[in-house]
Parts: sequence; C-alpha cells; structure tokens
Amino acid sequence: MEENKGASACGSHGCSHSNGGCGEKFLNPTPMLDELEKGPWPSFVSGFKNLAERTKKPMLRGVMDQLEYSYNTKMGYWKGGLVTVDGYGAGVITRYSMIKDKIPEAAEFHTMRIQPPPGLHYNTAMLRELCDIWEEYGSGMLTLHGQTGDIMLQGIDEANVQECFDKLNEKGWDLGGAGAGMRTAVSCAGPARCEQACYDNLELHLHALRHFVGQLHRPEWNYKIKFKFSGCPNDCTNAIMRSDLAVIGTWKDAIQVDEAAVKEWIEEKGVDALVNQVINLCPTRAISLEDGGMKIDTRDCVRCMHCLNAMPKALSPGKERGISLLMGGKNTLKVGVNMGSLIIPFMKMETEEDREKFMELVEEIIDWWDDNGLDHERIGETIERVGLRQFLDGVGLDVDINQVSRPRDNPYFKAKY
Amino acid sequence: MSSPERTWKTIESGPHTYKEALHPVVINNYGKWKYHEIPRPGVLKHVGESGDTLFTVRAGTPRQDTVDMVRQLCDIADRYCDGHLRFTVRNNVEFLTPNGENVEPMIRDLEAMGFPVGGAGNCVSSVSHTQGWLHCDIPATDASGVVKSMMDTLYNEFKHMEMPNKVRLSTSCCSINCGGQADIAVVVKHTRPPRINHDHLSMICELPKAVARCPVAAIRPTVVNGKRSLMVDEAKCICCGACFGACPAMEINHPEHSKFAIWVGGKNSNARSKPSTMSIVAHNLPNNPPRWPEVTDAVGRILTAYKAGGRPWERVGEWINRIGWKRFFEETGLTFDEDMIDSYRHARTTFNQSAHVRF
Repeated sequence: MEENKGASACGSHGCSHSNGGCGEKFLNPTPMLDELEKGPWPSFVSGFKNLAERTKKPMLRGVMDQLEYSYNTKMGYWKGGLVTVDGYGAGVITRYSMIKDKIPEAAEFHTMRIQPPPGLHYNTAMLRELCDIWEEYGSGMLTLHGQTGDIMLQGIDEANVQECFDKLNEKGWDLGGAGAGMRTAVSCAGPARCEQACYDNLELHLHALRHFVGQLHRPEWNYKIKFKFSGCPNDCTNAIMRSDLAVIGTWKDAIQVDEAAVKEWIEEKGVDALVNQVINLCPTRAISLEDGGMKIDTRDCVRCMHCLNAMPKALSPGKERGISLLMGGKNTLKVGVNMGSLIIPFMKMETEEDREKFMELVEEIIDWWDDNGLDHERIGETIERVGLRQFLDGVGLDVDINQVSRPRDNPYFKAKY
Repeated sequence: MSSPERTWKTIESGPHTYKEALHPVVINNYGKWKYHEIPRPGVLKHVGESGDTLFTVRAGTPRQDTVDMVRQLCDIADRYCDGHLRFTVRNNVEFLTPNGENVEPMIRDLEAMGFPVGGAGNCVSSVSHTQGWLHCDIPATDASGVVKSMMDTLYNEFKHMEMPNKVRLSTSCCSINCGGQADIAVVVKHTRPPRINHDHLSMICELPKAVARCPVAAIRPTVVNGKRSLMVDEAKCICCGACFGACPAMEINHPEHSKFAIWVGGKNSNARSKPSTMSIVAHNLPNNPPRWPEVTDAVGRILTAYKAGGRPWERVGEWINRIGWKRFFEETGLTFDEDMIDSYRHARTTFNQSAHVRF
C-alpha cells in the first residue's frame, strides 16, 4: 500500500468525485471500492472519498486503504480493546487495526456511540453542531443510524476521545450503551407525526433511558438489555424481534369509526376492495359486511392494525390507549430466534405517575434477571430456561391468558392441590 | 482517558432531548394527527384534527454518511423545512414542511444531489444493515457494499410503489444477524468450524467463557505444545461463530468458506398475521466483492415473483403462506434442499404436522 502513495493512477479514481486535479490526489487508488461508485443509489464510497480529499485526514486515507485491502483478501482487520471516557465503562467501541504495519494511518479508528433524540427528530442546529465537533476531533465519517439506534461517530484516536466527548456533552449529547448493561433505545416517529401512536413513546423513551443512565454507562448485568418503543402494533421499530423490552402502543376499547369517511372510501374503491382488502384480511374475522358498509365486533378484534392501515382516514385506534409490554425478543445466536412474548397486555401511559409505575416494574424485572440469569444470557433466554410462570411469580406479575397462544398441551406439572 | 486539565464536568443526560427538534406544526398537532395519505412516491401528507397539514419528503441515504453529506441534508431542511428533519429506522431521511409548495422543489434538489426520493408505501425501502469490514471486529463481509450493490438494482423499486405491500430488507455480516428479521434478508453463513490459533488462545481468551458460549457443547479444553488451549469437536460444530465473539483466537471467518444465505418471510408488524421469523431459501452463495452479483440476483428473483404474484397487502411471508413453499421455489427458480430442513431446537415446529399437501 505504502508504495502506492502519490501514484497517479487517476483513471481508477473517478476524478469527477474528487476536488482538485488528477495529479494531486490525496487518496491511494482503491479500484475495488471504486466499483461501488457506479450505479444510481447514493455511494458511501464517493462520500468517503469526497470527505477525504477535502479534509486530507490521514486516518480517512488509512481506512479506505484498509477497506480496499479487505475487499481484496475477503477478511476483516479490526480488533477490539478498551477505550472510554472519565467515569464511564461503555459507549466507545474500540477499534485497533490488525494490519497497522501495512497501513499505519488507521491504526486506531474508534467509534463513539451517541444517543440521538427519541424518534430521530432533529433540527439542523443540533446536527451542524454535532458535525462541527466531529470534524474537529474525529474522521468526519458517521452512520445515521447504527443498528443499536445510536449515531455512530466512526474514526477517532484515543487521544481525542475525552475532549471530543466533553465538547459533545456540553451540547447535550451523551454516549450510548455497549456491553452487559442498558442499551440505547429506539422509537418510531410517535405522536409527533403519526396518527396511530397510542402513547407518547418519545417521552417514555427519554424517561426510561434517563432512569437507567447509570447502568447504561457502567454495565454490570448478565448481558445487554434493550428497550424499543413503538407507538402502535405496526411496530415500526421492530421492537418485538429486536428488543428485550418491547413497549408497543395499543388500545382497549372499540376502533373509532368515521362513518362518513368509510362511505367515502367505499365510494372511491368499491365494495370488492372492502371485502377483499379489509374484511377478508382481518385475522380474527372481526369485521363483517353490513348494508354495504362495515361492522366491527370489538370483542373479536386483536388490535392487529390492518384495517386502520387500509383505511387511515376512516378508522382510528380507540380512546382508551396505553401500552403492551412484550419481552424476550432477540436474534439468532445462540438458541435460535426469539420473538418477544406478551407479558403485560395493557398499562396506561399518560401521566408522569404512569411512567414512574412502569419504571418500578422494569426495575423489578431487571432485578429478577440479575439474580436468576446466567452470564451472557438475555432475559428472554432466562425466562425460557426458568419458566414463564416462575418469572411472573418472581416479579409479582399476574398470570394472564394473553401471555400464551393457548394453554399447555402436556399434563406434566405439579399442581398445588 | 483522564486528563488533568479537564474542566468540563460530565452531565449524564442520556438521549438528546427532542422537543426543540420538532417543527412548530408538529408541536401544535402532537398526538392529534387524524390521518395520512401518500400523494406520490416518497411523499406523505399528514392531516391533523386541527385541519393543519404536514408534508414529509422521504429520501434514501447511504447510511454510511459523512459530515459533508449531513450538512447537505441540513441545507435542504433549512431551505424548505424551517430547519427540521428526521431519520427512519431504515436509514431514510425525512424532511417535514407544512408548505405543500416546497415539495416539488425539494424533490428536485434532493434528486440533483443524488438522494433518491421514495421508500414510502408499497415499495422496497432502504436496507437495515450492519457495519462489515469498514468497522466491525467479527465480520465476514462488508454490508455497505452489499447494500449499495443491491439497491442499485432495486433503485426503481425504491422510487415506485409497485409492490403488493412494503418490502423490508436487511443484510448482516455474520450469523448474529444484527441486520434483523426482514421480508428478505441477506446473512453470512459460515460453513467451516473455527480455525484455532493455539499459540495465542490462552493469552487472549478466557477459556471457560469460550467453552460456555458454544450452543452445542462442541468446545473442550486441551493442551497443545504445552500451552492451554481449546479444541472443537468438528462433527458437533454447527459453524455458528458464537465462540469467535468470545475468543478472537477461534477464527470463524474465511475468505472462501464464509458464504451468503438468503432468508425470507420475516415480519415484525402485527398487521394481519402475527409477527413471523424468516426461513432460509438459498445458501452457499459466494462472498463476492465488490458487487456480489449472485446475492443481488437471488434477491431480485424473489422480488420479481412476489411483485407478480402477491395480492394487495400481502407481505412476502404472507404471499408464501398462501401459495405454499413448493410454488415459491418454483416461481423464484431457487432450489429447496436437505439443509433447509431444520435440525436445531424446535425443529419439529417447522415440520408439516398435517396431511396438507401441495402438488
């Protein structure tokens, strides 16, 4: 790689993407990566190259060289380590290059996980401040957003981490989670821009993550635990699959029907559409055709959201709104995919008291897991190993028929009688 | 990291506050939106109980961004949206304005800058994905490159609403699958047991932790050249790579033997059918940078068949449930094989426990 520096292989560079003339290239040739500058979808490679040519940061040249090397050898070359800021035990993802003898310029390329505002709502002043600080101390490369829900500021030397954090922290930014503790949460757009939001998930997100801020910065549990907050059962944050604590908005009473808008919908789309696209797709056959219109039997409705999605102008969630709590969602490793399962069918979530009551419950749940879980065991795995009934007992929750899809199909248990 | 001259005292504030990020029209209608429509691809129109309207223009981003790119997005938001924007969980950027006249010029500017407008409604949205070779410490591939290659071929499907329902994609660089369950997921599949570096293992790994990490109890302590180390029962090993996360001396990644698998039918939404996990429909595809043509081809075949055969509102998994797996494989040209029969925990729940047969 070293001998390539300053080489004038500008044909392979995609000159149009870079500043300056061909003779003054800052970057080394990256023919493999350049293939990813072709095609209509926005190219991260072009973005990186433009940034590198403008800022002339050696770290960016190094990371491009290392990525090109990976594309050639089909192996990764980063290893972890321990970098953090004063008083914290998590939040900086440490990356040292395993090939710094070959490519020294990206010997260190640490990531700072930063917690975004709930719902990923920004104003430009916030983002510009973030960008200015990041350009001063780091590489200027970032991800919006990582799979954890964090802003990932990618590429900083250990020597700059503390000062960069201080500058960000002064502007209201804090590090995200990592390791065996509370993790950064994710929320959908919520009531800020969605008619289906059944609770103020943005406020609960802020409240919950502030409540556990100590355990987020100083991990001390068996393993990670994640919240995700979806405003309704459409679950746009993928909470059921991707979080240990899935807080999903729902309602208890009847779907609100705007009869005039229903009529308008049928006039526009026809009765066939009403039957084929709404009534027939109701998973519990809760809707019937009546006098050319629709009738919903609330007792049969499971709040799946389909009819509301199909007829957003005509149908809205009921008035008695709150949350369902599902627990145990996680991906494949190592016992196979775990879908979250329902633990609390309904809780009101309107006032500060509601939120406090919810936090007390989550404290109980995490205490139980901390006492009963094994090392590297997510809470859903603990519940599966120990038993749902034992979990409910342990945290003092009521047994509810909604927690199971059906009663057990085997007779092997010891009853109290 | 302690520096003696440090003057700032940390405020453990948690998530950044959000209220100042909300557009005044959003604040006035917070929790009081009545409905929304999608007047054209990539544009949402929300109407409040107050009668206020809010337009959202959605555009795709590379996700691996730069400060320059973010500043460009900020320029658009300052020009048309009073400085307000947000991001979706699938890495799209959204610009919010009450002024309908801003929609057209905003689309024009975004497209001119190379950000495609779309990703809303019945279309292929942007890909939820992982970091890969760029920044992960255990990746077998580079997710950003796979995503870029795939979205180049799906560009029109992002910009037009021609699918039966929304299509969610994900990619992951190892079997942990941080990309998540999706309608179609592209996930690395290791095909060989880990290769052990006995010289380093006991220096860099906690042996009991690595032993405990194995889901099939295939790892055992041993001594090699007088050094404590670990051995893998290769007959038992399921090539999951869990040990590699605990012990970097158990290298699972391989330039040739780490392959790709394609999974379909994941769904997180509760709409209609209950949420569902994915099934494997192709594997042993090569990890072929820089454009991964075999992977994009398989994804394309699935989408072509789904687009042609799916009924309105059917997600990929729901479409397959109706037509059956037999027809799915016929219509996509993919091949069902013996490795696709589950052999892990709860395998029986995937067997056909009925006399329902498709001919």
